[in-house]
Amino acid sequence: MKNLKYLVLGVVFGLILTKSEAVSWFRIQEMFRFQSFHMYGIMVTAVLVGLISIQLIKRYHLKSINGEPIAIADKKYSHGTWIGGIIFGVGWAITGACPGPLFAQLGSGVAAATVMILAALAGTWTYSALREKLPH
Amino acid sequence: MLDLLRQPWPWYVAGPLIGLTVPALLLLGNKALGISSSLRHVCAACVPAGIPFLTYNWRAETWNLFFVLGIAVGGFLGYQVLGHPDTIAISAETVRDLKAELGLTDFTGLLPRELFALDNLANWKGWVFLVLGGFLVGFGTRYAGGCTSGHAISGLSNLQWVSMVAVIGFFVGGLLMTWVIYPLLF
Repeated sequence: MKNLKYLVLGVVFGLILTKSEAVSWFRIQEMFRFQSFHMYGIMVTAVLVGLISIQLIKRYHLKSINGEPIAIADKKYSHGTWIGGIIFGVGWAITGACPGPLFAQLGSGVAAATVMILAALAGTWTYSALREKLPH
Repeated sequence: MLDLLRQPWPWYVAGPLIGLTVPALLLLGNKALGISSSLRHVCAACVPAGIPFLTYNWRAETWNLFFVLGIAVGGFLGYQVLGHPDTIAISAETVRDLKAELGLTDFTGLLPRELFALDNLANWKGWVFLVLGGFLVGFGTRYAGGCTSGHAISGLSNLQWVSMVAVIGFFVGGLLMTWVIYPLLF
């Protein structure tokens, strides 16, 4: 099954998020209150390792295991980037979770995650429906 | 070894491992790390309602749903199987401030039960923390074109200035909520 590798990578990713406590509301509050380096340390080292990896992939023109040349689509700017960014930031400080941690919380047995995920789906759907009317 | 796995992992172990997910997804399948898209795919699969933004071949993105399912399994393994301390060792200053400002008394678990218990859906707290919070996460990430994985990790790793704008926005919103709106709510 071609999707099995993504399932396995997801398991590893969810495990790291959970064991590092990045899925905890308490850790996110600690971060927004600038009272610990923990979350900043995670983000800065993750970006550094990601950055070095992407530079190596680009420099050596590495291909994926299927033999495809690796192409990373550029992200396009719209005013929505910062408007949506601020809106998400408010939600992040309320729930203490981004989309990834919500799924990890669900697996770890937090009942509240079910409601938060349904609400996040409702938010995504509402954005999709209003998209043409919103400033971008 | 098992003892090491059971303990909470420090940032200098977890951060680099999260960073390695970026090349792993690229090398294994030419995929860019991003999790909030999964919410869009679920909407497109379940309730497209003729909305142009939800009318696309979501089946081509099934990998993303498998990745997200894996994250849930990882959460189960990390918390239920490997186990975790009841109380997360956050800084003493945060404990003091959350007690004083939000009136929290229970610091066990991943989330404070006083704010996130399902029973709270009978009062304003549940609607703000569970429903409004979740809604803003879904609405905001799609509006911004990504979340902490797609913009902060994937995007910044690929030196996308758009992602820097998004990350600044994430923090502006988060700080506004923490420092301005929380004190008004409590």
